[in-house]
Amino acid sequence: MTMNIQELKSKHKTLKVFNYKLGNIDKGYNKRTLYINLSNNDIKEKPVSDQMIDKFTGGKGFDMRLLWDAVNENTKWYDPENEICMATGPLGGNTNYPGSGKTIVVTLSPMTGIPIDSNVGGHFGPFLKFSGFDALEIQGKANNDVIIYIDGNNGNIKIFEAPLEAHDSHILAEQLHDMFADNEREKQHISVVSAGSAAEHCYLGMLNFSFWDRAKKLPRLKQAGRGGIGHVFRNKKIKALVVKYSGLKADLNNPVDMKTLKETGLKLHRQINKLDSSQFTMREVGTANIVSVMNDYDLLPTKNFKYGSDPQANKVDKKVLKTLFTQGAADGCWFGCSLHCAKAVDNFIPRTGPYKGTSVTVDGPEYETVGGCASNLYIWDAKDCVEINFYCDTYGIDTISFGSTVAFLMECFEYGILTKDMTEGLDLTWGNADSALEILHQMSRGQGFGLKVGKGTRWLKNWLINEHNADAAFLKDIAMEVKGLEYSEYVSKESLAQQGGYTFALKGPQHDEAWLIFMDMVNNSMPTFEMKAEALHYFPMFRTWFGLQGLCKLIWNDTIPEGNKDTPEPAKVMEHVHNYHKIYTAITGKFMDTDSMILQSERVYTFQKIFNLRMGGGKRSDDHPPYRAVGPVTEEEYLSRQERYDKQLKEEVGVDPSNMTLQEKMSALKKHRMDKYEVLTDTVYKRKGWDKNGVPTLEHLKRIDMELPELIDVVEKVRVKN
Amino acid sequence: MKYLKGNSDLCTGCLACADACSELFFKEKNIQKSCIRINQNDNKNNIIVCNQCGKCMPLCPTQALSYNSQGVVILDKNECSGCLICVAECPCACMHYLVEENAPFKCIACGICVKKCPVSALELIKE
Repeated sequence: MTMNIQELKSKHKTLKVFNYKLGNIDKGYNKRTLYINLSNNDIKEKPVSDQMIDKFTGGKGFDMRLLWDAVNENTKWYDPENEICMATGPLGGNTNYPGSGKTIVVTLSPMTGIPIDSNVGGHFGPFLKFSGFDALEIQGKANNDVIIYIDGNNGNIKIFEAPLEAHDSHILAEQLHDMFADNEREKQHISVVSAGSAAEHCYLGMLNFSFWDRAKKLPRLKQAGRGGIGHVFRNKKIKALVVKYSGLKADLNNPVDMKTLKETGLKLHRQINKLDSSQFTMREVGTANIVSVMNDYDLLPTKNFKYGSDPQANKVDKKVLKTLFTQGAADGCWFGCSLHCAKAVDNFIPRTGPYKGTSVTVDGPEYETVGGCASNLYIWDAKDCVEINFYCDTYGIDTISFGSTVAFLMECFEYGILTKDMTEGLDLTWGNADSALEILHQMSRGQGFGLKVGKGTRWLKNWLINEHNADAAFLKDIAMEVKGLEYSEYVSKESLAQQGGYTFALKGPQHDEAWLIFMDMVNNSMPTFEMKAEALHYFPMFRTWFGLQGLCKLIWNDTIPEGNKDTPEPAKVMEHVHNYHKIYTAITGKFMDTDSMILQSERVYTFQKIFNLRMGGGKRSDDHPPYRAVGPVTEEEYLSRQERYDKQLKEEVGVDPSNMTLQEKMSALKKHRMDKYEVLTDTVYKRKGWDKNGVPTLEHLKRIDMELPELIDVVEKVRVKN
Repeated sequence: MKYLKGNSDLCTGCLACADACSELFFKEKNIQKSCIRINQNDNKNNIIVCNQCGKCMPLCPTQALSYNSQGVVILDKNECSGCLICVAECPCACMHYLVEENAPFKCIACGICVKKCPVSALELIKE
């Protein structure tokens, strides 16, 4: 598997070399982007206008604008004009405030047909920015596998065919760090974006973004997981993107106020140093610290979100994972992030597949991977979870979509809807880790049932209904997808606000827009529809802001300042929000407050919503949840929490459950919950400035100063159809 | 292992040590630019200086901090990304920074302050 670098290079065939003038970043912006077309190897710079900055800010906003201009309403994900766009934001790449190294990646998704956005760590976005570009857009398709190399110190870009390099990311990333570094030290100045062998065959394909770990002397991999971006990447025949930038310093953004930036960052570094060990222990176990909390509150998905807890959850919780994760390491996915939550399992020896018996480093498992690839599949051996994690990563498969899809199939297998005849012999009994791993290996090889699994939950649901006469109503209830994207790993049954948080999320049911379960379910701090709608306005807008700036969400509330609980709205962690105002002004020189943050986000959010409408999505019916996300679908599911549901029938619906059959109770509860969901939808749409069909109003566009002709055109066309 | 040890009971707070330090490293007498600090409170002069414990080292994202052959923690300024994590991690507040400089700075146990101290409150320990 290992190959001499010279041997790899001997087969390279240069297709294009493009030289550019190095520039200076001014107050967080280069004010130019990079365009690459792989069909004709055209490379050019594009200027960034002041209007682009005013309306779209940066990061996801720039990506969305560039993608909009590249495609039309008929473009499919596999069309050459579809692009992969990636950008950090104006605050991205600063080394002082923790969590400032994120890249946001956007494309038309193979899973949803609408834009997907994914926020990822690793060093690529900031290095791209320091190389001279606020964003990168890649259009077209290459004939053969290519690598795009950006030398940010010498100002040249090269596209070359690269037939021999590995496909799987843990090897490919190492080969490319080796290939482009002149010495060991330089490896840290390189970042690689790659997919993997399975991403080529599967809609669930994702992208790995590398950062070189100097202590471990190997590349670490962070994932732009959601929505199949890795599949688009391989469909364009991109093997990898490589950027090299040496000379990282704290002031490369050329900020206007270095003092405030340093002081604000240092204060947070000190807070993390002091409080993390007694709060969320991110430095010890990363996001996996919440496995046991979720289990305690009946929120950890087990058996395809049927239940929210299990006595065996302690086998995959943070105590167990801590014994696997290397401790005391500088695990930041960007320089200057002191939260160090990017935990890794070192010296892991896979027991299956092509890397069986070799020693590998696995990034994770994070919480979502435990939820998706352990508890939701009823797999309770942490090492099985690590192995699934490893193969998902190196093959380029999203652990969330993989976990939720296989969980759906295992439930179908339990009920006999799916049989061994249909799985080509795979036994998909709950907890069968061997089968889950074999599906991954089939995805990698492009063979067998794994190819079907790789198309995701919506495709499988329709396949079972249309080709195997499965019960359509039941499958629609248990297939945990909305808009074509699989749910991330939280049980939302007891939180109406979170049900909306998932379904209204523009890209599909991912919790990065809103995670409101504790506020809603545990603290009951927003009992009315209007209060839930306010939260479903504020938090998605607030969280969208991270993606515009190149920031990580975790820094906002995965460490809590002392005294926060005594503030008027503890869930907003306002001290940290004020930090964002400060660092934004310190870097860009422009004023920032909470209203301005929300307005920046509303502009891009509304643009993305109208982009969905333009592509044929974005309708009210696209925001409809599977009932499994709202309430108990099956009898055993109801009976497992009978006391809770009976109490709700009595207190909320006003019926006496003691005189009702189980079926009557389930029907009454379903009607009650879905009625509430519809009221929530109306209330949230109104708060967001949308009509009852989910279309932004012209008044809303005017209010947020986004009366762009192309947006008005889409809105008016959709109105006529409705 | 080589490190500076201060006897706060002997210190008069004259700041000759800080002047010598900042003059050597920054060519000016400025306590804000000294690796050794005298914290004056409760009528006592507390000497704050690096004991070379190395706790700043593991969380440095660029591995710019390392022990030299004498056991002194050295910061490689060329490698430093200026993140200041080491400043926050230092248990004795001995890693210092300036707004205008990318890299922070610290005591390298050169001993110039020892020579300048008029009351012999400082000692260079070699173990």
